[in-house]
Amino acid sequence: METSDPLTISRRNLLIAGAASGAVAAVPSTSEAAAVKAPSSASIPVARVSLEVNGQTHALELDTRTTLLDALRETLHLTGTKKGCDHGQCGACTVIADGRRINSCLSLAVMHEGSRITTVEGLGTPQRMHPMQAAFVRHDGYQCGYCTPGQICSAVAVLDEISRGIPSHVTADLTARPLLSPDELRERMSGNICRCGAYSNIADAITEVAGGRP
Amino acid sequence: MKPFTYQRVQTPAEAAAAVARNPGARFIAGGTNLLDLMKLQIEAPTHLVDVNPLKLASIEPSADGGLRIGALVRNTDLAADDRVRRDYAVLSRALLSGASGQLRNKATTAGNLLQRTRCAYFYDTDQPCNKRQPGSGCSAIGGVTRQHAVIGGSTACIATHPSDMAVAMRLLDASVETVRADGAARVIPIADFHRLPGNTPHIETVLEPGELITAVTLPRPAGGTHVYRKVRDRASYAFALVSVAAIVQRDGSGRVALGGVAHKPWRVEAAEAAMPQGAKAVTARLLAGATPTEHNAFKLPLVERTLAAVLAQARS
Repeated sequence: METSDPLTISRRNLLIAGAASGAVAAVPSTSEAAAVKAPSSASIPVARVSLEVNGQTHALELDTRTTLLDALRETLHLTGTKKGCDHGQCGACTVIADGRRINSCLSLAVMHEGSRITTVEGLGTPQRMHPMQAAFVRHDGYQCGYCTPGQICSAVAVLDEISRGIPSHVTADLTARPLLSPDELRERMSGNICRCGAYSNIADAITEVAGGRP
Repeated sequence: MKPFTYQRVQTPAEAAAAVARNPGARFIAGGTNLLDLMKLQIEAPTHLVDVNPLKLASIEPSADGGLRIGALVRNTDLAADDRVRRDYAVLSRALLSGASGQLRNKATTAGNLLQRTRCAYFYDTDQPCNKRQPGSGCSAIGGVTRQHAVIGGSTACIATHPSDMAVAMRLLDASVETVRADGAARVIPIADFHRLPGNTPHIETVLEPGELITAVTLPRPAGGTHVYRKVRDRASYAFALVSVAAIVQRDGSGRVALGGVAHKPWRVEAAEAAMPQGAKAVTARLLAGATPTEHNAFKLPLVERTLAAVLAQARS
């Protein structure tokens, strides 16, 4: 959704500009911000962790309390992954860790030593979108877009889970391979909340990528 | 979150010793419940012992023809295991009815047993709660109690146990294997594992400080038709108002356990003699002595009707 047209300004770019001007205005209090950013290691326990995020290895030293979500957003500046509820209820923070979708808000970064993390930025780029990203655009699978990175990461993992034969609550026969039905998709996506209610378009986008006709 | 130090361990005995010698220490595995509670400062450990490096993530056949499920087996993997789907379907069904795909990918077998209640007053740190702050009182009693226990509660606590998996484990007569700080192992029948609240609702299991769950074992398959029926406010991703786990044999005999009604998975073996007589007779024995509130009295007929539906499904 980024645009190269110089005459249009996307909401994201407007927000980036706003944040930058906010940073300029905050210059007088820089020393205060720095003090918050680098607490004395005597009082706040830190730990080292090495993560591979979207194919790139990062060696980090973090406050042990840092969630994977905050490490991605605040330390690595990968702000595609969103913080919604921060309690594992909304799914906006969904990323793929070692091939499995998880709520990055309910996982400590230091518990991911050696993990391979894929965020929405690692699935595709505005120029070369992942098929799931392209399908969300084609089907208008969002309104405000805040839950979208989590929806897309979750959807990619859902299709992988079905292909690996992992059953769900609505799988009729536990001893058979799960089918790719609308009921299955909806049940499996229930950990991703969309308050705009774009669910039917999200389901259409996933169905298309799965090879069905929405 | 309050600051904490962090340690990875390599053996169960090392893990148990690390927690036993430090009163502020807690084990962390999936973290999906503990971190949620730490963010709210309902839990405030000063030291976390990360047990994920332990080699406890496999499911193996046991010597007596059952299954030994490692403590770190993720809920997704347990539900998807071919042997569980074939021989212990009620366990797969219970697991799949709980949480979301993301949470099941992280949550572990042991952690699921140790889930803490979802009582809204336990979560509201501005309100007294004997489970969160022993001796402070119970805000649920006299409060909004639609979700709460109808049996087995006390004047100190009427919270319910939130786990679906634990209800199936109780039905299947699972056993909990542990190791203690001195390295000694023991086996706890699931029936004895969770406690009723009594005067000490903050003590939820019989585990000792530092005692680590290493596995949950299932006896040889019981046969029969396995059903797990969960009734909740949403079709997916919600805790149970009532859940019924049952194994029904061809002759009409069987067993039944309930979720959403008590401080622990609720099973009364003596009630199961009435299985051939139907849901009404079983429910009357299962919930004898129930003390519902005006908000949750609906759970009694709901149990009976859900059990009737389960028995009908098993017969069909």
